[in-house]
Amino acid sequence: MALFVTCLVDTLFPDVGRATVAVLERLGCEVVFPVEQTCCGQAHINTGYHRDAVGLVQKFVTTFEDFEAIVAPSGSCIGSIRHQHSMIAEKAGDGELAARARAVGARAFELSEYLVDQLGITDVGAAYPHTVAYHPTCHSLRALGVGAKPLTLLRSVRGLQLIELPNGDQCCGFGGTFAVKSADTSVAMLTDKMADVLSTGAEVCAASDSSCLMHIGGGLSRLQAGVRTVHLAEILAATEDAAP
Amino acid sequence: MSDAPAPTAPIHAPAGVGMLRGARTFPEAARQALGDPQLRHNLGHATATIREKRANVVAEVADWAELRNAGQAIKSATMATLDEQLVRLEHQVTAAGGVVHWASDADSANEIVARLVRETGSREVVKVKSMATQEIGLNNALAQAGIDAYETDLAELIVQLGDDLPSHILVPAIHRNRAEIRNLFLRAIPGIDPGLTDNPSALAAAARRHLRQRFLSAKVAVSGANFAVAETGTLCVVESEGNGRMCLTLPDTLITVMGIEKVVPSWRDLEVFLQLLPRSSTGERMNPYTSLWTGVHRGDGPRAVHLVLLDNGRTSVLADQVGRDALNCIRCSACLNVCPVYQRTGGHAYGSVYPGPIGAILSPQLTGIEHNASLPYASTLCGACYDVCPVKIDIPSILVHLRAQDVEVKRARRDVPTPEAIAMAAAAWTMTDDRRWSRAQRSSRLARLVGRRRNKARGLIRSLPGPLAAWTVARDAPRPPAETFREWWARERGRDGQRR
Amino acid sequence: MTAREATLARIRAAIGDAPAVPAIPRNYRVRGDLEAGAAADLFAQRVAEYRAAVHHTDPDGIPALIATILASAGDTRAVVPTGLPADWLSEVPSSVSVCTDDGGMTTEHLDAVDVVVTGCAVAIAETGTVVLDAAPDQGRRIITLLPDHHICVVSVDRIVVTVPEGLHRLDPTRPLTMISGPSATSDIELTRVEGVHGPRNLDVIIATAGRTALVRDRSWLVP
Repeated sequence: MALFVTCLVDTLFPDVGRATVAVLERLGCEVVFPVEQTCCGQAHINTGYHRDAVGLVQKFVTTFEDFEAIVAPSGSCIGSIRHQHSMIAEKAGDGELAARARAVGARAFELSEYLVDQLGITDVGAAYPHTVAYHPTCHSLRALGVGAKPLTLLRSVRGLQLIELPNGDQCCGFGGTFAVKSADTSVAMLTDKMADVLSTGAEVCAASDSSCLMHIGGGLSRLQAGVRTVHLAEILAATEDAAP
Repeated sequence: MSDAPAPTAPIHAPAGVGMLRGARTFPEAARQALGDPQLRHNLGHATATIREKRANVVAEVADWAELRNAGQAIKSATMATLDEQLVRLEHQVTAAGGVVHWASDADSANEIVARLVRETGSREVVKVKSMATQEIGLNNALAQAGIDAYETDLAELIVQLGDDLPSHILVPAIHRNRAEIRNLFLRAIPGIDPGLTDNPSALAAAARRHLRQRFLSAKVAVSGANFAVAETGTLCVVESEGNGRMCLTLPDTLITVMGIEKVVPSWRDLEVFLQLLPRSSTGERMNPYTSLWTGVHRGDGPRAVHLVLLDNGRTSVLADQVGRDALNCIRCSACLNVCPVYQRTGGHAYGSVYPGPIGAILSPQLTGIEHNASLPYASTLCGACYDVCPVKIDIPSILVHLRAQDVEVKRARRDVPTPEAIAMAAAAWTMTDDRRWSRAQRSSRLARLVGRRRNKARGLIRSLPGPLAAWTVARDAPRPPAETFREWWARERGRDGQRR
Repeated sequence: MTAREATLARIRAAIGDAPAVPAIPRNYRVRGDLEAGAAADLFAQRVAEYRAAVHHTDPDGIPALIATILASAGDTRAVVPTGLPADWLSEVPSSVSVCTDDGGMTTEHLDAVDVVVTGCAVAIAETGTVVLDAAPDQGRRIITLLPDHHICVVSVDRIVVTVPEGLHRLDPTRPLTMISGPSATSDIELTRVEGVHGPRNLDVIIATAGRTALVRDRSWLVP
């Protein structure tokens, strides 16, 4: 099994990558980190730079096509790999790359999908004695259809008290370059998301995408709201011996 | 003459007429809307109400997924045979005593309608709510021809009386609350009871009194059409208030302006759309009134029936194999009601009669992307629109497709690339090679020094330079960590981390 | 080149020579699986949810019921289509003037009428819809539009369960009006309120089949 750590986690949130490795290895997976990996190209694709993205798709496919399964701690990156990579290759007139991208995409999984669907595990043996509100994130929810899988995993975590996030299925307002291009609208959405998070009274706001968490966490930090943002992988990696 | 376009070349909706182009970019217009707390409250309340109603009536339909699949397929099959369907429709409408007109663009459609009205000798028309006539700016064109057009749908009346612009496909006055509507009526309706309350029933009754005589004396009506059945020549208007029935039944002359994409092949197809549309639109099992007419019905309703088939950029949408699915839209507005962007900015920010997610993919295609370049970016790509679309238009994918078109147009047009294009190209160059990428990561640790006013204790940056400053307006940025993931991996798992 | 030819040429150029035409999957529900009584109950419930008044009777009770509804509404001027069974109005008191529209009543005259009484072509249970098709027991479209009160008699043999069943029974070349409750609007804050331009009051009489089935014979529709 290959870990695609994502460029964002690699550069800014390495703890999320380490937690992903910890969970998978605890469950007996042999985790390989192909160092040739860089970025899935999602930001390029969603901002319209499709020609520039071809090289990134090529790089991703070449790096990962020999692995049986590819796991990433990000719903939106997996969404891009599964649904957009072949389109980018087709557009560039490279049918062969498109076919390879489709094959790789079918074996790429977001962490909760991999744990629940591929490994068949809902209790990962974690312990996390905190109150948690879970933001399901749009791409996990709608592009991948992960449904209740993250919640199922969280419900089995010892000591964790899950508090339902009102309007959870509403977008947080990140949207990649949208957060900068339409900063006012993005912040208006973030404001409502933070109000919903704060209304739960939870200590922690969790999600399975570091990009959304960077956005929500950046806002909560600016408010000094006292609520932490934590990636799903970090919660699933926590144990009684080493609860963070 | 030599540079005249070939007759088959796609044409976009012309500028200077109608309502498809905003004066400002989306982010500029959105900023103003976001600063209006009353507007945000009105929109939040109305969209939350309709979202819940829709969810309830959709949940009770066991075969909703099958209906959506059928709706999508019918529309796609129609577009693939559009020429044939329109010719069949024309034949059947004509056989039933109607007259069919073809309009390549807004100006031509406006000219046809004005001429038809003038030929009746009437100087006024009553109108059923219609997106197509809003799109082409028919009311303005008629005014220039000395013809008064009276909107009769309650929300359109509110917009017209207030000299306002529509902000929603189904409920054009969604940005107004009951108190604002009461004040408008008191100001704009002559002879209105000054004791009028802001109770919606009282406001509806006031509209009824105001328009009654107008309906009874109208000689000409203008409508749109939700559907037109090629097989039978039957036109269909779906409505709630009865103003549609009034316009379709009482006047001597009925002129229907319809986008060419509204045709459906067979009568049977309506059994799908008359289930999908009301539940998606008003959240009702069925809207109060649906009228269906086929040409002229002797002794019942208008004696002269016209159908104006409008292109106005639709064939250029059809020419785009990805973007053409936008033509499948049945104008239910469910995508507006679930869109987190629309809910906060409202419809005016989109600068077009088609707002929200569907507007963001339809308007730029009708006008050409150069004229609505900011609209495809007016979305977080959250996908809520795709989930509710009754004909399964993959709006997020089309948005991404149009963003790419915009990038290519800008690339082709400008000698100097934009800073964004340079950044994207540089990032792609860096990231297609992992050695370059890891060097860049190391140097990006310089960013630890870039952040000004950083909060060292919490590892956060309060202010970023350049275009990223928009991020730190309301959000702290994370400070790059001392060690990237790949550095940690190499240190801890050096052996596994060897290049294979 | 005319606008017609130019538009068709642009369409053909846009879709290309061999456009893929998808097959239409019609595996959605067409038939309702309710027996007649249950369909009528569902119809009554759904119509009532749209704030129409619903009444039940056997065919012999129709005249008395119509008279009662007119009296309680205070209607004094009624219009009926030419093909309405004459006995339906047999118990209407002489204080109510009844006009039969033979196609000649003026708009002004109809606007001064309080109530219209009609039958219907089809009723759809799941959506609480009645459909008028201008048959002799329903009349021109205008007579069910201008009066503020509409009494519609629905014989149970006219009730189907689903929208597809309903449309299947209709002749698309006739002028059709589908009515689901009284006129309404959701234009103010997306809150539904009943009563705008169309009839503000709708009474639906559900009549068990029997004698009415004969007068409802629609064989005349077949050319």
